[in-house]
Amino acid sequence: MKSIEEFVVLFAEQFDDTDPSEITATTVFHDLDEWSSLIGLSLIAMVDEEFDVALKGDDVKNSVTVEDLYNRVISKL
Amino acid sequence: MAFFEFKNVRIAGISAGVPKFVASNLHPLEDDGISSEYTPEAFVETTGVLERRLSDKLTTSDLCYEAAEKLIADLGWDKSEIEVLVFVSQTADYILPATACILQDRLGLSKECYAEDVALGCSGWVYGLSNVASLLTSGSVKKALLLCGDAKKRAKGPRDPLFGHAGTATAIEYVEGAEGFRFHFGTDGSGYDAIITPDGGSRNQVSVDSFKLEDIEGKQMHRMQTRMKGMDVFSFGISTAPKSVKRLAEKYGFDYLDYDYFVFHQANMKMNNMIAKKLKLAPEKVPSCMYHFGNTSSASIPITIVTQLKEKYDKPTKFICCGFGVGLSWGTVAFTSDDKMHVSDLVEVEEPKGESTWV
Repeated sequence: MKSIEEFVVLFAEQFDDTDPSEITATTVFHDLDEWSSLIGLSLIAMVDEEFDVALKGDDVKNSVTVEDLYNRVISKL
Repeated sequence: MAFFEFKNVRIAGISAGVPKFVASNLHPLEDDGISSEYTPEAFVETTGVLERRLSDKLTTSDLCYEAAEKLIADLGWDKSEIEVLVFVSQTADYILPATACILQDRLGLSKECYAEDVALGCSGWVYGLSNVASLLTSGSVKKALLLCGDAKKRAKGPRDPLFGHAGTATAIEYVEGAEGFRFHFGTDGSGYDAIITPDGGSRNQVSVDSFKLEDIEGKQMHRMQTRMKGMDVFSFGISTAPKSVKRLAEKYGFDYLDYDYFVFHQANMKMNNMIAKKLKLAPEKVPSCMYHFGNTSSASIPITIVTQLKEKYDKPTKFICCGFGVGLSWGTVAFTSDDKMHVSDLVEVEEPKGESTWV
């Protein structure tokens, strides 16, 4: 199982213009300038590939921090 | 287990019609509902939809009509022999009657004709093909037309940059000994609101409030327009389409990697790339036309064949086609085309001039 640290790295890779150092487990990701529903699609694809978990839109929408999303992924494993 | 096999049936030919007008997503017009969430460039890069064909006048049945006339002429079919017409669309001409009835007369087909509408979207070509194949397999009827697409909507509103207009025709015939088609289907109505036009049916009757604009994921839309939970549909597509292909291959004991072309519903580039990757398909086996035509609903599989695979094969060719989306609904078909499966040139349809003579 991947750790939260590994998840943060994978999460940050979905952004083009946001410096990875800006993203930590406690980042409120909906507030990032580059955040959009298109990044949401990239996240769902990444989670499908890396965790074999199918996220719903609400899983992304209702997560506040990166760690919240990680916990939702882990709960579906 | 929704698996079906129908023998003694083949596709004789495929055609597609589109409006002439091209709308660019890099240069959106006032009517284009590009979300305020992202730039036009980011939209094109993620979705893979640069442009699409649109018309405020041509309906789906107008486009299907032109595609069907072209295909019938190319094949040299005698119209009196066409005894089945299935129209698959979510943008019918009228709430009633069924558009298939109108098309029977407009195309000049015999009154000895079985005609029906099927109200499905992205999965619709595969479903329609199974309907027609099941009707033809016994040989009592020899020739059929399957007309699929979506175009002009029931109500004007900000235009969704993902979707294009197209109407297609697929000619299917009974041939003793033809290998036929193998299908797998699935449905998950728990996701009925993932893609939905909320008002205008009998659940929510049309009213003045139906036209009030609401903010839906950064886009202004009214309730007679189709709204989509993009992330839910994305998640559904990348998991369901590969599974359906694999289940069909398992059921009938073939290796899907032996197939020549995989024609998927043209949803968006990111989704289709994920599906191809999960099935480990070589990119050259997965044709795509969404860059120029967008998501054309039930027209997407035939229009991809028409615009990307014409003259690409001169020998029997193995196809797997998979449609998935609104419903939620999905279907996969495997078949081998013979080298005579005709692909017509794309028909670019002119808008009608003058006042409409339709009721």
